[in-house]
Amino acid sequence: MPLLDLRDLTVEFPTRHSTLRALDRVSFSIESGEILGVVGESGAGKSLTGAAIVGLLEPPGRIASGEIRLNGQRIDNLPAEPMRRIRGRRIGTVFQDPLTTLNPLYSVGRQLVETMQTHARIPNGEARRKAVGWLDRVGIPAAAQRIDAYPHEFSGGQRQRVVIALALCAEPALVIADEPTTALDVSIQAQIITLLKDLTRDHGTAIMLVTHDMGVIAETADRVAVMYAGRIVEIGPVAAVVGCPAHPYTDGLMASIPSLQQPIDRLRQIDGTMPRPDAIPCGCRFHPRCPRVFGRCLSEEPDLMPAGTTRAACWLHASD
Amino acid sequence: MLARSPVTRAWHSDLVYSFRASPVAMLAALIGLILVAAAVFAPWIAPHDPMDVASLSLLDSFKPPIGMSGADWSNPLGTDNQGRDVLSAIMYGTRISLLVGILSLLFAMIVGVTFGLLAGYAGGFTDALLMRIADVHLTFPSILTALLVDGVISAALPRSLRESLQIDVIIFAIGISMWPSFARTVRGSTLVERDKDYVLAARVIGVPSWRIMVSHVLPNVTGPVMVTATLGLGLAVMNEATLSFLGVGLPPTQPSLGTLIRFGDDFLFSGQWWVTVFPGVILILMVLAINLLGDWLRDALNPRLR
Amino acid sequence: MFGLVGSRLLQAIPVLLAVGFIAFALFAFVGDPVNILLGQDHTEAQRIALTRQLGLDQPFFVQYFRFLWTVLHGNFGVSYRVAEPVGALIAERLPASLELAATASVLSFVIGIPMGVYTGIHRSSLLSRVFMVISLVGVSLPTFLLGILLILVFSVWLGWLPSFGRGPVVQVGRWWTTGFASWAGIRALILPAITLGMWQMTLIMRLVRAEMLEVLRTDYIKFARARGLTSRTINFGHALKNTLVPVITVIGLQFGGLVAFSVVTETVFQWPGVGLLLVQSVAAADIPVMSAYLLLIALVFVLINLVVDVLYYVVDPRLRLRR
Repeated sequence: MPLLDLRDLTVEFPTRHSTLRALDRVSFSIESGEILGVVGESGAGKSLTGAAIVGLLEPPGRIASGEIRLNGQRIDNLPAEPMRRIRGRRIGTVFQDPLTTLNPLYSVGRQLVETMQTHARIPNGEARRKAVGWLDRVGIPAAAQRIDAYPHEFSGGQRQRVVIALALCAEPALVIADEPTTALDVSIQAQIITLLKDLTRDHGTAIMLVTHDMGVIAETADRVAVMYAGRIVEIGPVAAVVGCPAHPYTDGLMASIPSLQQPIDRLRQIDGTMPRPDAIPCGCRFHPRCPRVFGRCLSEEPDLMPAGTTRAACWLHASD
Repeated sequence: MLARSPVTRAWHSDLVYSFRASPVAMLAALIGLILVAAAVFAPWIAPHDPMDVASLSLLDSFKPPIGMSGADWSNPLGTDNQGRDVLSAIMYGTRISLLVGILSLLFAMIVGVTFGLLAGYAGGFTDALLMRIADVHLTFPSILTALLVDGVISAALPRSLRESLQIDVIIFAIGISMWPSFARTVRGSTLVERDKDYVLAARVIGVPSWRIMVSHVLPNVTGPVMVTATLGLGLAVMNEATLSFLGVGLPPTQPSLGTLIRFGDDFLFSGQWWVTVFPGVILILMVLAINLLGDWLRDALNPRLR
Repeated sequence: MFGLVGSRLLQAIPVLLAVGFIAFALFAFVGDPVNILLGQDHTEAQRIALTRQLGLDQPFFVQYFRFLWTVLHGNFGVSYRVAEPVGALIAERLPASLELAATASVLSFVIGIPMGVYTGIHRSSLLSRVFMVISLVGVSLPTFLLGILLILVFSVWLGWLPSFGRGPVVQVGRWWTTGFASWAGIRALILPAITLGMWQMTLIMRLVRAEMLEVLRTDYIKFARARGLTSRTINFGHALKNTLVPVITVIGLQFGGLVAFSVVTETVFQWPGVGLLLVQSVAAADIPVMSAYLLLIALVFVLINLVVDVLYYVVDPRLRLRR
């Protein structure tokens, strides 16, 4: 049984004019210990998926239909208190901006201890020792001395390490990492990603790694899901999706990454822009920008269908 | 989009929509409108002229309002110790309160917006100086400033002029106490607009600075100014009422609501509560309506809450 | 931190000097003290003598420095209205004003902060709406009107509480008089304290609410939720602490309002404090009192600003970074 299983998750935002559908029948699963990358442009719905999973959708957003199962048990319809117990304890979260994610008035030690003690009865002394241990494990030098320091006394990269420690300290089975390196320097990014990989491998934690950076995915993930305008358009093992993309959008994404080997005159790009939730095209969402569009694409919306070793939502791979 | 007339577009605009959607704002506007109408048309629709000494009769004094024994409809809200009709006095009083409030607000706006534009646009020393002055000014509550300014100027004027200029002094005092909030608001917006491309373009073409400030920047800062103005009007009215109540405001020959309340205060203990309470209620309603509209306007114009 | 205190004090000096100048200018240009002190009929010789005695024949700046000098020695001149030293007048009335202001402040905190927290957390509940309506009325109700209405209800109609004056007071120490020593004294304090405190309570409530709403939308609160912390910990631990930091300092800065409205409240209740003195002085064009009041207020403001800055420093660890 997969650790996390999403089936036809649909998220809507009722507004004064109409109801916007931000996520449309999103389905995927994550096995224990695997790293699933979720990639796509800004606004494609990646972060929203993460928020929906842990029940932190901002109102008026709400889950309109579909199911989210954690170890087989439905969590999308849980009342507030059981959902709260799941957060942190069974699903951890890492957010994007380390400069705003930590409460500036609390020391890092206090925030760690507080998180651990929320989910398990640990006496203060032991919790503090464990907190120092976590700081050490995420690579903060002189952890025992820094335990009472405030967030502003750490650099951006160090703060993100603290955030990772906070996400993992209650020992969850799944971590949702929402753009964990986007706000950091490139040189720090690699360190943070390596840290995430090592820690989760040591503890057998699964990761849902949300990012718009294909390079990070290629280096880190086992499988990858490509999102476009609120839907998953391709999902499969990372080598296959990156090396041999089955969906024209994925193909366009990969092709727009310039190669270091060949000199080129112009950067390749995908013409047009991703549609907003209130202007989704009929048929396949991608058809206005697709270089390989044909008749059927304009009228029928494709679901994910097998395409070699991956699955893609594209009529090019229709078996019939 | 089909072409629509400006009226239709305004009707469907976000601002009007949020007005229609807010029963509170509409109620406040209604109350405000009634009060303004009463104030503007007082000379024609007030049942009596409270200032006409000849029409007063001591026999009418201290008539209670409708609902208590001894009342009659010629004085629905009762009369005061000299037989003056409370309802008429209130209508004229509202007129004066609003007049003084609006005039002082306008004064504060003109001074404040001018200084704010100057400070924001010129920057540097001018900006620092003006804002320092505004800051110090703002730490003093407006009522205190108004009180002191009023006191000083009244003391400085020769006795003969004191009476006739009293209203002008009040307007000046209240206006002076409120200019910093306008200045700060406009300065903030000006700072934002100054770096925008359209201003840069105008400067490159060679449009003189004052023209840029007035024709280009000013229209774009009207939003926050409107909010400050609405709330400022409420404050101005309250401050005038307070000053009048304290005895340093409007002269007794032209009583505002505050002055009326002051009159009536003397009669509280002898049981003629209506002389003070009714003007008080009208004052509260007026300021409440203004504040409600100001609150609604602020929320409606706030991009983050949309 | 001492650097902070020191620099603030240094900045305060020009402000005080400026206010001192304004206060002095009142003396110099407004009214004719000789006329007022001697009355309308006086001889030329008397005028010359008094002018020399008051130092009014000296050049402007000499007079200014003499003024500053005497002020620094606590001598504020003599009131035009009651012919008593201004310093003594103010000192006599200060305890009354301070006790009233302190009581009103405490009341406003004790009621305002919990109300603000509640309406921040439970935005749309019925009780929240009631509180918001109360706060709106509080902002729209001029202080003097509230005082009058309270007097009407509690003094005239119900007869429970006194409507003017301070009640019996007890001398404490060399200079202070307190009304707290007797039940009657406390009863006299109730209505004025509520009147004075209402405006500040409304302010605090709205401020706390606005801050709570802002804080509850921040990333670190989102992260706290994502870590599974309880609502209680989030609301009263993280959110409240972050809310109170700016609130504390704004409250300090609102001290001015307290001073202003105490003027009104003392007038309504005939409370024998510094505020009532000011009103009487303005009505009588009593320049020395007005000028002394101005100086005193400026001094107090500077001190309050200083205390607020120190408080900020103490409460917010981010400000403790070494420069």
